[in-house]
Amino acid sequence: MSESETQSNQSRNQQDLPVVLIHRLSIFNFSFSTRLQTHFTLVDPLLHSPEPDSIHSFLSRHATSVSALLCVGPSPITSQTLSLLPSLQIVVGTSAGIDHVDLIECRRRGIIVTNAGHAFSEDVADYALALLIDVLRRVSASDRFGRSGMWPKYGTYPVGSKLGGKRVGIVGLGSIGSEVAKRLVAFGCSIAYTSRKKNPAISYPFYANVCDLATNSDVLIVCCALTDETRHMINKDVMTALGKEGVIINVGRGSLIDEKELVQFLVQGELGGAGLDVFEKEPDVPKELFTLDNVVLSPHLAVLTPESFAALQEVILGNLMAFFTNKPLLSQVQLE
Amino acid sequence: MDEEAVNRPLVLVHRPPNFHFPFRHRLATQFNLFDPFDSPDSTRSSLLCRHAHNIRVLLCVDPTPVSSDLLSLLPALELIVGSTVGVDHINLPKCRRRGITVTNAGVAFSEDVADLAVGLLIDVLRKISASDRFLRASSWAKTGDYALGSKLGGKRVGMVGMGKIGSEVVKRLQAFGCIISYNSRRKKSAIPFPYYPDVYELAVNSDVLVVCCALTEETHHIINKDVMTALGKEGVIINVGRGALIDEKEMVKLLVRGEIGGVGLDVFENEPHVPKELFQLDKVLLSPHCAVATPECFDALEELILFNLRAFFANKPLWSLVNLE
Repeated sequence: MSESETQSNQSRNQQDLPVVLIHRLSIFNFSFSTRLQTHFTLVDPLLHSPEPDSIHSFLSRHATSVSALLCVGPSPITSQTLSLLPSLQIVVGTSAGIDHVDLIECRRRGIIVTNAGHAFSEDVADYALALLIDVLRRVSASDRFGRSGMWPKYGTYPVGSKLGGKRVGIVGLGSIGSEVAKRLVAFGCSIAYTSRKKNPAISYPFYANVCDLATNSDVLIVCCALTDETRHMINKDVMTALGKEGVIINVGRGSLIDEKELVQFLVQGELGGAGLDVFEKEPDVPKELFTLDNVVLSPHLAVLTPESFAALQEVILGNLMAFFTNKPLLSQVQLE
Repeated sequence: MDEEAVNRPLVLVHRPPNFHFPFRHRLATQFNLFDPFDSPDSTRSSLLCRHAHNIRVLLCVDPTPVSSDLLSLLPALELIVGSTVGVDHINLPKCRRRGITVTNAGVAFSEDVADLAVGLLIDVLRKISASDRFLRASSWAKTGDYALGSKLGGKRVGMVGMGKIGSEVVKRLQAFGCIISYNSRRKKSAIPFPYYPDVYELAVNSDVLVVCCALTEETHHIINKDVMTALGKEGVIINVGRGALIDEKEMVKLLVRGEIGGVGLDVFENEPHVPKELFQLDKVLLSPHCAVATPECFDALEELILFNLRAFFANKPLWSLVNLE
């Protein structure tokens, strides 16, 4: 704990601490309550009663004056939930994506939304690179080959493909996309990107249209936010434009890609390979992918390191403290 | 040998019996390739003896052993052009005594080997192949999330060997925020990272060891029980050099007992045999000597070999020279 935290601790007693409502599905555990409890009074409806119906009645009875809500994991925040919280001013998210929050309603009510900010960016970028190297150099496939005892019988495993010189198109050049680009440059890849708007501070070639980006790329790395505009943005046309040797890496959200089409392309050999950390209906993964050697599958782990959790705690604490002391927030999301 | 070929410079091709290297035809247009395995068993050695006094260059395809005996048969030999990075299959002391120059594939392969070394490291730390296995076994829906990995940035990486491959690895790891130090035969003044003259000391001060040095008498089993213990229970070792750089038996014992955090291995002491105990361990990543397996590597190798052969016969400087000291 920092000195200022200790001091602020000593100068408050429990009843004076600002109230934060914890909003979570029962499958998501909330593991960092201890630290937050020294600064805030945490109200977690699930600790009182796990039934969804009684959560709503709990909220209408107890939460009418709540101004801050901490949303654990991708627990949906619907307009119905929001309607039970007339005093709500801020939703503090614990993930990079906030597609599970009814942003239209938040914008209408003037409710601020914060996300995990940069807490995860490096770890997700590391993961995206790992998936790319794995697909291009067949790391997991050759590990399977080695483990099966086939090496002595069948000799060398089939060749992979070099990273250096590959044209990588980054879909979404935000915090994560920038960290990905930084790493790719060290491997000798060339970078281009697409984004909602061209960023004048960035010197990489910009394509307004993801199809044009795909036409001029060997690899697409998808790391943008999921919104109504970006749903299924990686569609049949984009995959065709990328070509038969093309590789797609997705560390954003499953629905950024038309998953049915992706599976068809991969099964029919119309795409070079894919590295996927996210899927449209997690934890269900299309079984056709299990037999493919040019695909690397990951159960939504890109953010999972103890270090990123520690960084996340800092962001959450920072945002809540800033909110209650009227200071600038750390990771406010612009709700256009 | 056809008439035109006779006028071209002579190159002895030294290869495994069943292996034809892909760019043979391209080389044959510029050089007179003498390949003893083109002839039947019975005439091979007499053919070799007859041409030996004209042979100034030997092209070594694959790590086909170049023994003291073979060298004795080639009194005019001046250059061995290797097609691999490792040259532990060549009798280097004898080459040094005879003043025979040796070149390897270093320049052609370094980037691809470095890419794989980094790929293996992230995979072990972030458990990518292990969680892919978990997912394919349909375990995600049943048992929920897989175990946490560990962040790459901030890890102290000890490089064992800081040649061309080591330098390319470091360039990449710096972009991930790793902290670098190294061990090498000699401290290199051009390299800004902390140097440890002793691999044990390097291990004490590292979270990860990346092994990419040459295999010599001095470096045999350089990663031994003491070094691995010094690295610690969370330690990770990546080997893209030669299997015998690590005491494999000890490594397996330590892995099975949970005394090492994880390993990523492209090479093994007795390829293609991999110790079976490793097959059961999730924290082990096996790569069947694929670090150079990209078409781009092979193209680059072809160019390098062609360049060196031309340069030799034109008395020009060679690339990718192996230091025989």
